[in-house]
Amino acid sequence: MQTSKSTPRPKERVSTLAFDVAKIREDFPILHRQVDGRTIAYLDNAATTQKPKQVIDTLVNYYTNYNANIHRGIYRISEEATAAHEAARAKIAQFINANSPQEIVFVRGTTEAINLVAQSWGRHNLGPGDGIILTQMEHHSNIVPWQLLCREKHSHLKYVGITDDGHLDGSDYQMQLENDGAKLVTVSHASNVLGTINPVREMIRDAHKHNSRVLVDAAQSVPHMPVDVQDLDCDFLAFSGHKMCGPTGIGVLYAKKELLDSMPPFHGGGEMIREVHMYESTWKDPPYKFEAGTTNIAGAIGLGAAVDYLNQIGMRKIRLYEQELTRYVLDSLSRIKGISIYGPRDPTQREAVVSFNVGDIHAHDMATLLDEDAICVRSGHHCAQPLMERLGVSATTRASFYLYNTEQEVDRLAESLERAKRVFKL
Amino acid sequence: MSSIYSDIILDYYRYPKNKGQITNPRIKAKDSNPLCGDVVEIQMQLDGDNRVSEIKFDGHGCAISQASASMLTELVKGKSLDEVRKIAKENVLELIGGELSAVRMKCALLSLKVLKTGVYTYLGSLEESKEEISNLS
Ligand SMILES: Cc1ncc(COP(=O)(O)O)c(C=O)c1O
Repeated sequence: MQTSKSTPRPKERVSTLAFDVAKIREDFPILHRQVDGRTIAYLDNAATTQKPKQVIDTLVNYYTNYNANIHRGIYRISEEATAAHEAARAKIAQFINANSPQEIVFVRGTTEAINLVAQSWGRHNLGPGDGIILTQMEHHSNIVPWQLLCREKHSHLKYVGITDDGHLDGSDYQMQLENDGAKLVTVSHASNVLGTINPVREMIRDAHKHNSRVLVDAAQSVPHMPVDVQDLDCDFLAFSGHKMCGPTGIGVLYAKKELLDSMPPFHGGGEMIREVHMYESTWKDPPYKFEAGTTNIAGAIGLGAAVDYLNQIGMRKIRLYEQELTRYVLDSLSRIKGISIYGPRDPTQREAVVSFNVGDIHAHDMATLLDEDAICVRSGHHCAQPLMERLGVSATTRASFYLYNTEQEVDRLAESLERAKRVFKL
Repeated sequence: MSSIYSDIILDYYRYPKNKGQITNPRIKAKDSNPLCGDVVEIQMQLDGDNRVSEIKFDGHGCAISQASASMLTELVKGKSLDEVRKIAKENVLELIGGELSAVRMKCALLSLKVLKTGVYTYLGSLEESKEEISNLS
């Protein structure tokens, strides 16, 4: 899975795509932040992304002008807040091409969305001996909720392996499906370590032939490429607002309407009920059935603003820009002697998430060395310990990019890696 | 910009002193840093006056954790257990000689934590020293 061969190719100018990254950078105040006299290079976008002033202003405007609890208030500003909240839901539905806003459940993030499916749909539908297919490249948040469910229901996990070049092993997947099947397939659309974009559309089609439901962890895809839930035909899809220019603490569970209708509530409390009696209650229709208590109103409205922001640039353009940036990153880094880069080499099959190690420099030492040059990257197991085991490493350094990152920042990264090698006398 | 990775740190990382195992050590302890995956084990032998006559560390991880472990073994060798108890985190940070972020501090102090755990366990006073040890991470 490691490749360190350099493939020299002419410098490609991404500006030919009419993608004005300089203008985009003006929207993000934090990108001008200095640390010890140097402007930061923020390359930790798989962990969380920065926020444009359009999103920040939306939050400030909500808290300044119409902060109120939603749904219940019979007064002007509560009605405004409710309208903004539901407008955000509608925008998000359109953004991923859901059939209706009723299929959009607001949650805290990807992690909560997956736990909701495990605890509501999973507890209702899984029993002893049932299987759940997942993959060796899942984030812990798409592993642990299923382990908890399996422990309770005496169900079991079936892992799809990974090829040496960082793709899912398709024939292993077929075998897992044919071999006793599974009630659920749960898979990340794009890996937060390898950058690999998985062929989820085909995987879903095959899973449905075997009557398996499919959950797509879209934490790393919805922010970076057009995602169409009807085209994918996924049953569930989860993503986080903070990884797509939105606020923290807000995310989305998409699920097909018929599934949401059939699922029991996740949390009990206010807002999710129709009527409460002393010993029993009835529920509202989805999505409200799954939104107990006062939710993250500002977060939802802020996520709506993030969707507007991304739409105004265009997800196709963002994907193409990031694809070219990926090519530039892979070309630049593979020229560094002694580097091991993990994941697919073809920029069309991956995202701008690049994990690597250099010589005997431990990933944490590398992150510290890069921080000395005001470059923000992540190091460690990236919440994917089973994948680290597969790669045979305890940790990697990861640089992950977004629409506002530039070739100059990639150059800075490459220079700083050379400096790290000099410090470590490599 | 100057680097925390001085030649001294690199030297201890690549050519660690006192690395290995002791047969039948009187004191031994091991711990890991779950965030980074650093692992450090320390083993000690005592002489008749309860002085550290022999000390070794073993483990793997980042340069900060491994170099500081090696440096700490040199500091401890020949000291009485009473003196070992008095080693503070400042002493270890002085050996490393540079500014560390909060996260990397855990790497630097892992070996001291292991050392104190071993010594207090041997002295039967681990329970009352819990707070001191947890302050090291
Ligand atoms: C692939 C993937 N899944 C799930 C998550 C969890 O997202 P969150 O922490 O926002 O719930 C992440 C983010 O780290 C991720 O990259």
